[in-house]
Amino acid sequence: MKILVGIKRVVDYNVRIRVKPDGSGVVTDGVKMSMNPFDEIAVEEALQIKERGECDEIIVISIGAKQSQEQLRTALAMGADRGVHVLVDEQIEPLTASKAILSVAQSEGVDLILLGKQAIDDDNNQTAQMVAALWDRPQATFASELAFTDGKVTAVREVDAGLEVLEVDLPAVISVDLRLNEPRYVKLPDMMKAKKKTIDVKSLEDLGVTSGAGVTSLGVRAPEGRQAGIKVETVEELVKELQARGLVND
Amino acid sequence: MTKVLIIAEHDGEKLNSSTAKALTCGLDIGADAVEIAVFGAEGSHGVADQAANLVGVSRVLLLARAENSKPVSAVLAPQIAELAGDYSHVLAPSTTFGKDLMPRVAALLDLPSVTDVMKVISADTFERPIYAGNAIDTVKLPDGISTMIGTARPASFKAAAEGGSASVEAVETNATLPSHSRYVELRQQVSDRPDLQSAAKVVSGGRGVGSSENFAVIFSLADKLGAGAGASRAAVDAGFVPNDMQVGQTGKVIAPDLYIACGISGAIQHLAGIKDAGTIVAINSDADAPIFEVADLGMVGDLFELLPALEKALG
Ligand SMILES: Cc1cc2nc3c(=O)[nH]c(=O)nc-3n(C[C@H](O)[C@H](O)[C@H](O)COP(=O)(O)OP(=O)(O)OC[C@H]3O[C@@H](n4cnc5c(N)ncnc54)[C@H](O)[C@@H]3O)c2cc1C
Ligand SMILES: Nc1ncnc2c1ncn2[C@@H]1O[C@H](COP(=O)(O)O)[C@@H](O)[C@H]1O
Repeated sequence: MKILVGIKRVVDYNVRIRVKPDGSGVVTDGVKMSMNPFDEIAVEEALQIKERGECDEIIVISIGAKQSQEQLRTALAMGADRGVHVLVDEQIEPLTASKAILSVAQSEGVDLILLGKQAIDDDNNQTAQMVAALWDRPQATFASELAFTDGKVTAVREVDAGLEVLEVDLPAVISVDLRLNEPRYVKLPDMMKAKKKTIDVKSLEDLGVTSGAGVTSLGVRAPEGRQAGIKVETVEELVKELQARGLVND
Repeated sequence: MTKVLIIAEHDGEKLNSSTAKALTCGLDIGADAVEIAVFGAEGSHGVADQAANLVGVSRVLLLARAENSKPVSAVLAPQIAELAGDYSHVLAPSTTFGKDLMPRVAALLDLPSVTDVMKVISADTFERPIYAGNAIDTVKLPDGISTMIGTARPASFKAAAEGGSASVEAVETNATLPSHSRYVELRQQVSDRPDLQSAAKVVSGGRGVGSSENFAVIFSLADKLGAGAGASRAAVDAGFVPNDMQVGQTGKVIAPDLYIACGISGAIQHLAGIKDAGTIVAINSDADAPIFEVADLGMVGDLFELLPALEKALG
């Protein structure tokens, strides 16, 4: 089995997000950037599948600016075999990312595409579903447990009502949720070794993908903030405040 | 003409409350007509009737066939893609159901999809949260687009009222349905407590609760208040409670009138799930916990002392 894993470079999840004063986006200059946390879990899952002897090669792909190669290197240091960097300078839509991911998946002949459930910058939660649709193959999104047997995957999915079990045939697209695994740490020697692994740089054009018309942002604003309220000292005081707000009975 | 189609979410018997909220989003578009599509097993009339009973619905389409008995997106998406040609907008609730489904529909039509619509600005412009709700983006669809595909964030819309009387029409599509995806089962913990996503009050516990057994103090207060019970990711990861209780950026986004956070520090990913709550109460032993920066009522102390005392004080 050959696995393709999607890696998006995003603002690190610990960064406190600030909206730019001109509303053109959020501040990213001088801000720590990382691999999307869900994608780390996707890489880890691919590595575990390979370590069980069920996979021969793990290819990681990132679509984005030049610096996306840093995140690809991290994935290679974790243990992925090689990288594909699709160099684009402008922001791209999930639909365009999906087409690029699928194009590489098809030319590489992969059996499984592992993506994150959502990128924590745009919180779109679309790419896996779109790749699966364009590929005309199954999707198992929000997976927290996977088992592979005879060309099939049984996925446990985290859904609002609990855990849903879905069985899909390979090839398939899987999007991973946080509880699927605990990603491994990268050690310095691994980082050095990863420098020798190859990253092919391609353009959307090379992949035969045209960036279609997507949504445009008319402006980004900060949300209506919540203010700190009051501190109460006793439970009696708390109950009184709740009563005053009509939230509990007098 | 603007004509909106809402994809109903249900469990085979009951319409999910998020459907009535997505309907309100659809009505906000100011469409000439808003219709609801119910996909279900043969004889799913009960759900269709509940949908027809919502105020503002012009017509309910019932797509009843054995393959539609469970919500498998690979099966539903081609059918919705076929219906979409008649509509200017097709929306589902932004739940795990809608988020799994609508991007698949969009890609089949080579269209973009708008996740988590929180406000309708106009028929082609919408607000949506990004960066775990720490920024709000106003997005505009490309000109000349045939259909807007997206999901409506339940916490941002009030449920449409009941008391309507739309007609229910059986509809069939010619879509070829795949057999590569098979629903196996839903593992669900049954609870008598109000559903987290529609509960007026919610009591949540975090890592500070310490164990599965200790969660009894959270459940006990929830029952006293007639509240739903929630949890932080840390509490779910530690195995104290099941995943369907997780509130936050990657769990459920809720908007109860009252939210009581106990032993929860207030990480941005957790706060993303409760930004629209009416009153937030925080009970935490650490006076510097970030949850107090957003809490309307904060109380510093040990939850194991305060929660039983609070229950008692409530009479
Ligand atoms: C991509 C991503 C997505 C995430 N999504 C979510 C999400 O959807 N939801 C979510 O919740 N988290 C999410 N997280 C995790 C989040 O960052 C935090 O780690 C998590 O919310 C912390 O949970 P907690 O507050 O229960 O635990 P902690 O941060 O450990 O806080 C425990 C609190 O309990 C208090 N406490 C301890 N003992 C007592 C006591 N006896 N009485 C009173 N107080 C006590 C402590 O003072 C402390 O403030 C996500 C993280 C990532 C990276
Ligand atoms: N530009 C990108 N490059 C590589 N992978 C991506 C990119 N955008 C999205 N993905 C993958 O798709 C997942 C979901 O992203 P999204 O649909 O944007 O929320 C991410 O976690 C990645 O695995």
